[in-house]
Amino acid sequence: MSRYNLDYLDELEAEAIHILREVAGQFEKPALLFSGGKDSITLVRLAEKAFRPGKFPFPLVHIDTGHNFSETIDYRDRMMQRIGEKLIVGYVQESIDQGKVIEQTGKNASRNALQTVTLLDTIAAHGFDACIGGARRDEEKARAKERIFSVRDEFGQWDPKRQRPELWHIYNGRIHKGENVRVFPISNWTELDVWNYIRREQIELPSIYFAHERDCIMRNGQWMAASPFLNMDEEDTIYHKKVRFRTVGDMSCTAAVESEADQIDDIINEISASKISERGARMDDKVSEAAMEDRKKGGYF
Amino acid sequence: MNILKFFTAGSVDDGKSTLIGRMLYDTDSILADQLEALQSSNRKNDDGTIDLAILTDGLRAEREQGITIDVAYKYFQTDKRKFIIADTPGHIQYTRNMVTGASTATLAIILIDARNGVVEQTIRHSYLVSLLGIKHVVVCINKMDMVDYSETVFSAITDKYRILAGQLNLKDVTFIPVSALKGDNVVQKSERMVWYGGESLLHFLETVEIEADDDVKLSRFPVQWVIRPQTDALHDYRGYAGRIAAGKFRVNDRVTVLPGGSSSVISRIEIFDQQPEEAQAGQSVTIHLKDDIDISRGDLIVNAENLPLQSKMIEADLCWMDTRALDPSLTYFLQHNSKLTRCKVSEIIYKIDINTLEKHSSDEFRLNDIGRVILKTADELPFDLYDDSRENGAAILVDSRNNLTVGAVMFRADVA
Repeated sequence: MSRYNLDYLDELEAEAIHILREVAGQFEKPALLFSGGKDSITLVRLAEKAFRPGKFPFPLVHIDTGHNFSETIDYRDRMMQRIGEKLIVGYVQESIDQGKVIEQTGKNASRNALQTVTLLDTIAAHGFDACIGGARRDEEKARAKERIFSVRDEFGQWDPKRQRPELWHIYNGRIHKGENVRVFPISNWTELDVWNYIRREQIELPSIYFAHERDCIMRNGQWMAASPFLNMDEEDTIYHKKVRFRTVGDMSCTAAVESEADQIDDIINEISASKISERGARMDDKVSEAAMEDRKKGGYF
Repeated sequence: MNILKFFTAGSVDDGKSTLIGRMLYDTDSILADQLEALQSSNRKNDDGTIDLAILTDGLRAEREQGITIDVAYKYFQTDKRKFIIADTPGHIQYTRNMVTGASTATLAIILIDARNGVVEQTIRHSYLVSLLGIKHVVVCINKMDMVDYSETVFSAITDKYRILAGQLNLKDVTFIPVSALKGDNVVQKSERMVWYGGESLLHFLETVEIEADDDVKLSRFPVQWVIRPQTDALHDYRGYAGRIAAGKFRVNDRVTVLPGGSSSVISRIEIFDQQPEEAQAGQSVTIHLKDDIDISRGDLIVNAENLPLQSKMIEADLCWMDTRALDPSLTYFLQHNSKLTRCKVSEIIYKIDINTLEKHSSDEFRLNDIGRVILKTADELPFDLYDDSRENGAAILVDSRNNLTVGAVMFRADVA
């Protein structure tokens, strides 16, 4: 594609819109996976740009761990009201009640790993053939090699050795029944690109992205929000801290960073200067060097 | 600020991963937790310093084998430009990965080991760069520290490479002597090679002119999706959504819709809530026409004064990407922009030995083979030559049995 003088945010936006429209054109039953985080909020904005004044050719799907930040759910419900699209919620609690997964125990218990099962069940129940997600290649080195159209087998598994070559801007979404494709329209964006785009587009975010006062405890060298979902004991001391969150996930595994940044400009300055990558604040990636690769193979987003 | 996508080919031995690692490291693009993981890893250079190559090694299998087996995309930026690196392995068995990585790049870095000069793989990598139509080439002559930073060694290699560049019709070639290991001329200009009057690699990448690569007269708009809200308020709304593949479109332009050849005039261009008078290649837009024509996904809207070629028989370069060989009796899918049609490879004109550039006849096309073929398509295809438009001049072949992407196709001539 010749470039002329497209600004980088315009180019990234145009690429993402092109990918979303390819999903609409190539699949029978796509869905957009919405986590309430800034990346999936950005996807919703891009979908508006791709399909308005028409309706989205897909519903939004939220996998609810039950261990949410209430601010995220408030945000989700207000956003759904504004955009007037369909929302499907898959509950991890239901997977637990059905005995499909077993709640973890111990101090580091989290529902993060359990949501893979709920996600795969939700995909199967609705027959989705493509799931759009907000993952980016700069997040983690296993993701750096994943395709924009990433084919999963009927068990949701990603096989890094059997990826289809992806050439030019041509995306091959042909699949067999039972398989599905994960699609990542903002693969080529960095964390900073997402923030700069949110600023440019004046997109509202859940308030936990901005610095606020909160009770926290220290776990494995990171600040965690004190909540009923965290298995706390008498050894845990509660500190009152001014923090913000760089990602939005399950409350039991999303760490906060100490911050004074309560405006988007401050956050962008903070990230520009930051020396900790965003996934560094996710405890689930720390287990082993190959943690992300293992979870992706198992069907995690 | 704009984006430069560049492609690096080279094998482990050339220090390619070290070069990329060095660029990320010296531009402060490595974050603390990644650096921590790096330092705790037990792979070190002989002198005990961090092995920067680990930064670009993604998958565990690759870590175990110590080689890069796929395309890894890396991102960094300076205050002048954003960069996307497509990092690929350089061995011949990974030709398809190189072709993939090169397909979206505007610039290629070719690595040459100063001790070895122009070797077989230099020819191979340069051929692929030429095949995929990458306009700008930077030849990094690496490991200058191993040849005493010698100007004579550098000049001998550049002389030899210029002959190759001439053969391959590579027009914009820049030579830079570097040591990725020691950091010479990667980010900072080296004081150990005062005889070198050029820029550091990074400075060159920041400033190289990359705009307006394609022929602006070809205006091509593949329709991806038709927006029809069908609400009371927007009863007559019918917008053609897509990304402009080449050229420019303006309101009031006379356009032709292919296939079919109906003609109309652009009444409105929309980019979400904006209505610009014109839009250009790379932009995702919605186009409205004055006349009500039956247009659907897969159609191509073009400027009426400059039509593409239209044919069912096309001469093309093909790179085979699957472990199952090409079967000339089989019908494949050809995916060209948003259009899907059926296709057969009706003739293999020649295959090319990409180590020597010799052409020879062959009945077979196996994994990583590259050559010239004739494609026969079920529907007439509106296409341009790859040299005129990378977007409208390229396609992929998909195996109809297992849906795998098996071929990369670059259109070279209309078989009239």
